[in-house]
Amino acid sequence: MSQASLHGVLTRSADMPEIVSKAGRARRAGMGLWPRLMSHRGGRLGLIIVLAYVAIAVSAPVLAPYPPGAVNLAERLVPPAIGTRNLLGTDQLGRDILSRIMHGARVSMLVGLATILISAALGVGLGMVAGYYGGVLDRVLARFTELLLAFPYLIFVIGAMSVMGPGFWNLVWALSFKGWVEFYRLARALVMSEKNREYVEAARVLGRPDSAICVREILPNIVSSIIVLGTLRMGNMIVMESSLSFLGLGIPPRIPAWGSMINDGRRYMLTSPWVATLPGLALALLVLGINLLGEGLRDCLDPKMMEG
Amino acid sequence: MIRLSRLQVKVIERIAATVPLALAVALAAFVLMRAIPGDPVDIMMGEGASSSGEEVAALRSQLGLDEPIHRQLSGYLKGLFRGDLGYSIIRSRPVAEMIWEALPATIELAVYAMLFALALGIPVGVAAALKHNTAFDRVSTAVSFIGVSLPAFWLGIVGILVFAMTLGWMPTSGRIPYGLEPYRITGLLTLDALLTGNMPALGSALRHLCLPAITLGLGVAAVVARVTRSSMLDVLGSDYVLFARAKGVPESMVTIRHALRNAMIPTVTLVGLQFGSLLGGNMIVETVFGWPGLGRVVVDAVFARDYPVVQASVMVYALTFVLINLVTDVIYTALDPKMALQ
Repeated sequence: MSQASLHGVLTRSADMPEIVSKAGRARRAGMGLWPRLMSHRGGRLGLIIVLAYVAIAVSAPVLAPYPPGAVNLAERLVPPAIGTRNLLGTDQLGRDILSRIMHGARVSMLVGLATILISAALGVGLGMVAGYYGGVLDRVLARFTELLLAFPYLIFVIGAMSVMGPGFWNLVWALSFKGWVEFYRLARALVMSEKNREYVEAARVLGRPDSAICVREILPNIVSSIIVLGTLRMGNMIVMESSLSFLGLGIPPRIPAWGSMINDGRRYMLTSPWVATLPGLALALLVLGINLLGEGLRDCLDPKMMEG
Repeated sequence: MIRLSRLQVKVIERIAATVPLALAVALAAFVLMRAIPGDPVDIMMGEGASSSGEEVAALRSQLGLDEPIHRQLSGYLKGLFRGDLGYSIIRSRPVAEMIWEALPATIELAVYAMLFALALGIPVGVAAALKHNTAFDRVSTAVSFIGVSLPAFWLGIVGILVFAMTLGWMPTSGRIPYGLEPYRITGLLTLDALLTGNMPALGSALRHLCLPAITLGLGVAAVVARVTRSSMLDVLGSDYVLFARAKGVPESMVTIRHALRNAMIPTVTLVGLQFGSLLGGNMIVETVFGWPGLGRVVVDAVFARDYPVVQASVMVYALTFVLINLVTDVIYTALDPKMALQ
């Protein structure tokens, strides 16, 4: 096994185990993406979970029973109960936990989405240029990415956040500043293997400019792998955001984020365990859904990654 | 002239490539502290700056920030070679001393987390591969999937609630009660307790280690199980296993002697890679469990805006990571001679 393919196995397995059988994969091979994803058990479940979270996040301002910051000191630490005013109970300031979880979904998903979009745009752009032209830029970027990879992700982001200070966009930039490397490496490798294929040669013979070849010819052929990587990484980004907010280094306290809610609830763990555990459940379920969806997409979209 | 084998050349090349990377890491840490918008001294002195100009100037010169940048850099690099990592503003002591004190706690936690992950992950992975496509395989795959998705800090809090607060099996936080510490030899409490024959300390240290190590190791266990399962499946389907079976080698021997040994190669590499992620993830677990390790030092320093400590510990983290990757690569190359030929 070469180093590269070993790396593939490891990064792949680091995220998710395979849940479908080879036979199921073959059966789906002839179908379009949608029916394929729908017949993939894990992928379907993941999609349902993610869509539910998207719906909650989008409609939180309308759907949430209370504003997330509404303090009600008369009803502090009320336990969850069906049929009461606070379905999931209240926190130490009497704020409705359900409303805060719903608004927290907005924050987590926005951070995840923004980080992935920025990382992918940057990484794929640079990766395609480096893979297509090679040369000095490729060598410089190789050294630079090596340096970035020398830092454990969380430490890197904490270091960056200590310089920039807490804040939504600061967090997104800190995460993206290292997040693009994986997209870069994937796009570069894919472009290098695609650029000598016949269809690229043909486009070159027809006199199409390099930029058109990259964007119109190569990109459509590699975009599915990039979508798969983006989905798989999204869960990581959301966990990282929550971890930083938990430490008090991510989203500022005035914005409801799951990580800071869990941290707030730690002090009341023995008497009111719901304050810390419920946002954590919301987080775990979302990450699980994204991971299932990512794996489903990988099986359906990207046979190359599947085979390693 | 000494003739080196290809393997040795490969290893030496790999070690040589690490040196510029380590230097670049040190440089990046230096740049990080200078990238703080505004003046780090102003920030450190506090927002309500009532401090006098003299104090600011004194701190500035103590940090060496009043010198031209090339002087600062050369002083910084010279310091590194002497093991001088700077001086903590908040704690008024050398940073190297603080890191040296905290590092064993972090290493001990990471090692036990890894031991737990291997002890759980390898048997589960092997069993899942041997019982491919059975209920056990499916359940263990699903559980490992969930294990990867659970955020460690939440797992830790729930663990504290259930096992420490409710059941009272383990302490909620800390490394060992004050006064019970064994005589310091290595700084690894369990090892020191063993070396000095201090059994009460050993028991206490292990009880304190339990929850944080499991919390930290559970995600890794899931990954180990997954990789072991898939590489074991690969190996079990290979020609030499088929041949061993055809020769009439007993199934248990086939599993252990032929399959498991070869299936372990990806797992070994994984252990190296995951050690890095254990180091990265530990500051969360250390915060949750009040564990006095390097992760705590970093987080505290970030809050206290103790920039020399942040700079040095980020660098130590990265250098440790680079070193672990180097060792992993070397071990991997030695295990799989095909690597040396490429």
